[in-house]
Amino acid sequence: MALEAAYSDIGRLDRLSYKDTAIHRLDPRAKVVATMLFVVAVVSFPRYEVLSLLPFAVFPVLVAALGDIPAGFIAKKVLAVSPFALFVGMFNPLLDPGTVSILPGATVSAGWVSFASILVKFVLTIGAALLLIATTSFPGICRGLRRLGFPALFVSQLLFLYRYLFVLMEEAMRVVRARDMRSFGSRGAGPRVYVRIVGALFLRTVERAERIYGCMLARGFRGEVPSMREEKLGPADGVFVLASGSFFALCRLVSVPEAIGRFVRGLAG
Amino acid sequence: MHMADALLSPPVAGAFWAGTAATIGYASKKLMDGQDDRKIPLMGVLGAFIFASQMINFTIPGTGSSGHLGGGMILAILLGPHAAFLVMASVLTVQALFFADGGLLALGCNIWNLGIYPCYVAWPLVYKPLAGDGSSPRRLFAAALLSAVAALQLGAFSVVLQTLLSGISELSFGAFLLMMQPIHLAIGVVEGLVTAGVVQYVRSVRPEILETSGSKGALPAGASLRNVLVGFVLLAVVTGGALSWFASAYPDGLEWAIEKVTGKPELSEREHGVAAALKKLQERTAVLPDYGFRKQDGAPEGAEETPSWPSVDAGTTVSGLVGGALVLAAALTVGWAIRAFRKTRAGRPEV
Repeated sequence: MALEAAYSDIGRLDRLSYKDTAIHRLDPRAKVVATMLFVVAVVSFPRYEVLSLLPFAVFPVLVAALGDIPAGFIAKKVLAVSPFALFVGMFNPLLDPGTVSILPGATVSAGWVSFASILVKFVLTIGAALLLIATTSFPGICRGLRRLGFPALFVSQLLFLYRYLFVLMEEAMRVVRARDMRSFGSRGAGPRVYVRIVGALFLRTVERAERIYGCMLARGFRGEVPSMREEKLGPADGVFVLASGSFFALCRLVSVPEAIGRFVRGLAG
Repeated sequence: MHMADALLSPPVAGAFWAGTAATIGYASKKLMDGQDDRKIPLMGVLGAFIFASQMINFTIPGTGSSGHLGGGMILAILLGPHAAFLVMASVLTVQALFFADGGLLALGCNIWNLGIYPCYVAWPLVYKPLAGDGSSPRRLFAAALLSAVAALQLGAFSVVLQTLLSGISELSFGAFLLMMQPIHLAIGVVEGLVTAGVVQYVRSVRPEILETSGSKGALPAGASLRNVLVGFVLLAVVTGGALSWFASAYPDGLEWAIEKVTGKPELSEREHGVAAALKKLQERTAVLPDYGFRKQDGAPEGAEETPSWPSVDAGTTVSGLVGGALVLAAALTVGWAIRAFRKTRAGRPEV
């Protein structure tokens, strides 16, 4: 079951990345750089910071909205990978006994504040990474990485992996289905059969790679996957990186919620 | 178990990214020097194979829980360390993007934890000496098993170190270590057995695959590998220590640990004791004093339990809460408005 779900999720992210919106049309490099800036800015906050992190939600929300990405799908994927951060973070409330007052008259354990901070950071960083792949095709990201100076071998490696990911996942799905149909109860689900399945899958993969290599040689392969696409950074890319970069810098240096709150309270009284 | 962005501080993440990027460059160069472009499609397809194989589960006899193949160690044994490392790096990159395992900043740590330990530590130091020339099936089995266990132990230890160096989690070194190492020993043994089984199967069916990878990877790389190792050790010391491996979809192991922890409340009390004992060590190892257990100026030793919470001005907090709520509401409204606008436009016929 997990296999089918993972397969359909990858497929869905892949299809989303071929939409044609303002965000999708940006150069992959611009999106990779902006996302990295975002993640670094978010993670650099000290551990008791919660409120100042909130304005950063503007970036993923805007990207998702402009890129026409279904928010529910992204939220579900973020939830699916949360156990580790939750597991490590949940000890903070237990181990950090100090108390802080968050409102006049209301106090809470400092550990809960740092736990909340971990959760907010987690949602923001994971959401940003998922939105990057949902708005940028994987081959596009690979070309971007190559232009940003990643080794050609590593980039072709990524492209190959991606190309054959779906092929091999489908093969694994067929193998698992065949095993399940033949194993009554728990017979056949143990390690003995598993080792042979994986071994056989490995050998089939190696043979497939040999055939692929032969085909590629016949088509003039010389160690790098060439790209016909001309990629130039346009003004939109510059504006995107500059605007998002300066927004992150502003939010990092000034506590925006506090400033707005003061302003509003000033208006009110 | 993938490291997560939210648990890392930028200096720690940056240090491991630097180490990982340097190793990717080194491994790429090594492979290109070999002029063996036959390996390029093989590596790519094997990366996809790792994905596919991780999705096939098997039942662990007598426990009812399920396990699956790790990845790094079996690749190192079958492909040699450089190719295996690049495959693991690409697998983890795709996992970070498509499955959001860990995140982009933590990717450096994850490649380090799950790629470098099996390929550049466990393979040359454990697998190679034990397996010998690979002619004895029993030695091969033991070597594969032990190296997989070693790689996973190093990996788990590394996750602990990276978390502590970042100072985001409140867990003490000893308590976290006690939680991570035993469970990963159990996972490691299961993975090691499976890895050894697959290696033996491949050897019995296509022995030449194993032989070429063994002799080719080992002989020319032997001397320089030692230099690389020394480099890694230095880097590890400089960054404050480091180590880890994997455990991707190990919800089983994780749930087990959570159950164990929550089922025994006395554990948290013991952690307090350990925490106190290790406080000094932690202070010394904290990269960013701001993030760690900073001792308040002039505070007596006994007062260390009070957290380094900045003095609270309730007015500031209220302002923050009001502003934060406003910003969030504004962001969500704008997002919703864009979506609504798109829908109405899509509904109208094109002019």
